[in-house]
Amino acid sequence: MLEPVYSPAFKKHPLQWIQINLFYDWFSSVMTLLVGYLLVSFLPALIDWIFISADWFGSSREDCSGEGACWVFIGARFDQFIYGFYPPEEYWRVNLATVLLIALMVPLFFENFTKKAWLIAFLLIGYPVIAKILFAGGVFGLEQVDTEQWGGLMLTLIIATVGIIASLPIGILVALGRRSEMPIIRWLCVSFIEVMRGVPLITILFMASVMLPLFMPEGVSFDKLMRAMIGITLFQAAYMAEVIRGGLQAIPKGQYEAADSLGLNYFQKMGFIILPQALKLVIPGIVNTFIALFKDTSLILIIGLFELSGIMKAALNDPDWLGFAIEGYLFAALIYWIFCFGMSRYSMRVEAKLNTGHR
Amino acid sequence: MNQSHIKEEIVIELNNVNKWYGDFHVLKDINLKVKSGERIVICGPSGSGKSTMIRCLNRLEAHQKGDIIIEGTPLTNDIRNIEVIRKDVGMVFQHFNLFPHLSVLDNCCLAPQWVKKVPRKEAEETAMKYLERVKIPDQALKYPGQLSGGQQQRVAIARSLCMNPNIMLFDEPTSALDPEMIKEVLDVMVELAEEGMTMLCVTHEMGFAKKVADRVIFMDGGEIIEENDPHQFFDNPQSERTQLFLSQILHN
Repeated sequence: MLEPVYSPAFKKHPLQWIQINLFYDWFSSVMTLLVGYLLVSFLPALIDWIFISADWFGSSREDCSGEGACWVFIGARFDQFIYGFYPPEEYWRVNLATVLLIALMVPLFFENFTKKAWLIAFLLIGYPVIAKILFAGGVFGLEQVDTEQWGGLMLTLIIATVGIIASLPIGILVALGRRSEMPIIRWLCVSFIEVMRGVPLITILFMASVMLPLFMPEGVSFDKLMRAMIGITLFQAAYMAEVIRGGLQAIPKGQYEAADSLGLNYFQKMGFIILPQALKLVIPGIVNTFIALFKDTSLILIIGLFELSGIMKAALNDPDWLGFAIEGYLFAALIYWIFCFGMSRYSMRVEAKLNTGHR
Repeated sequence: MNQSHIKEEIVIELNNVNKWYGDFHVLKDINLKVKSGERIVICGPSGSGKSTMIRCLNRLEAHQKGDIIIEGTPLTNDIRNIEVIRKDVGMVFQHFNLFPHLSVLDNCCLAPQWVKKVPRKEAEETAMKYLERVKIPDQALKYPGQLSGGQQQRVAIARSLCMNPNIMLFDEPTSALDPEMIKEVLDVMVELAEEGMTMLCVTHEMGFAKKVADRVIFMDGGEIIEENDPHQFFDNPQSERTQLFLSQILHN
């Protein structure tokens, strides 16, 4: 019998790697040189502008030399970008809610923590109540802060979190409804999806803020923020439903039949067998929708709420700080990117963890 | 053949069962009575309606005319009747249909826990008992994707047995297996037959049919053409179609 032999080494000499990947033929050589030239001519200037010649410290525009980016602007306005128009003496409430959230989430990352289900239930039911009390106040001697005063990154995160947590279950229900055998439920779900998807989000936000109050009975008024959250959530739930439907369709018929033959009822079949597999399949699509939702929060500017990009726009119009649009938008972009990239990485981790060697 | 394992009680009864797929008449006036403990092998060419027939028995397919009565419960659109019957009728599929996201043990425990409301600990004990019976207790914590086809099919059998069914349906249980794995699955099925399980088995494994079947049913074109005890069936087939079919499958 032959002894097993190691496969020939795949590791190549660096020069070989360069030859194969960068200078394979005349076309790839030309492209390599072109891209190299562009990098060499732009990158140093960009790095110089952002880091080396930039002004980092100071309190007013007089501290900006004008040779590079002026991050003084971001520093001076930092609190507003994070908290919006929230009263500065009440910032601690927002900070406390954030610290509490992070502290509650830490145990979820430990493999051997056993009460995860309870903690998640508390995060979904108990925590929002605490956060609402802390943010809005008006009880327990906390000064009331109207939602009109919320803003900046804080508002972005509130809307995005609520939207993400609410749009997933709604999307699941609509996706199941669309595949239902009961025609009325099916038609309702199809109409919901088609209406929500067929209309721009801006229109939905406008309708939620302008038209909805017209239909409300006298004296009943919804908070503007609440209306925006409902609008965004329903809008993304329609996309979510279609993503999940894609996953449901990918589950082989045999899985449904096996669940049926064991006597599981509809909800057991969906909850234990079909949805866990379908959702796992469409994690990339779900996260895609989450990221879209996160960035769509910037549209609530048009109904007069100042989340991160809105407050940035307002700050740029301040006569004291005219002309710092590039710095402002770069900073906002960086913040959005950090959160979206974080979601993307986290989803890859979840996918790897749920992989059971099937497919 | 020794018939002592067969009881008088009739557990499955089909009266003039008909089914159509659109305009295509798949089952034509099927009449069949199965007694408790009886082992029946159903064979026939592809498209003959044999799979459709046994899939009608637990309502994976709905028949449109005639009556199907399982252990006294008529199979109708009434979801309660269907649930009662499914609790008592196990099924094993050609492609195993294990739940790939659950471990072998969870595959076995899920239905007893949620359908029969058995406590988890008891469900696990039952599961291990049947996994031992199909000779793979050591694989309990693995996922189906990590097992061979033969092992997966044995898990599927154990999963069905965990519900303590009175009747087991097998829909071509060895057709998707590599040749060297067919025997391990058939051995489990033979053992099960020897314990007195009522079995209906769609299969082309004629060795299995000869060994355990009380009756062999030959279907073609949506009809039961011939039904006989295995010796008569193989040695002395009555109809021309049966003779042709047997000559084709026994050819090699």
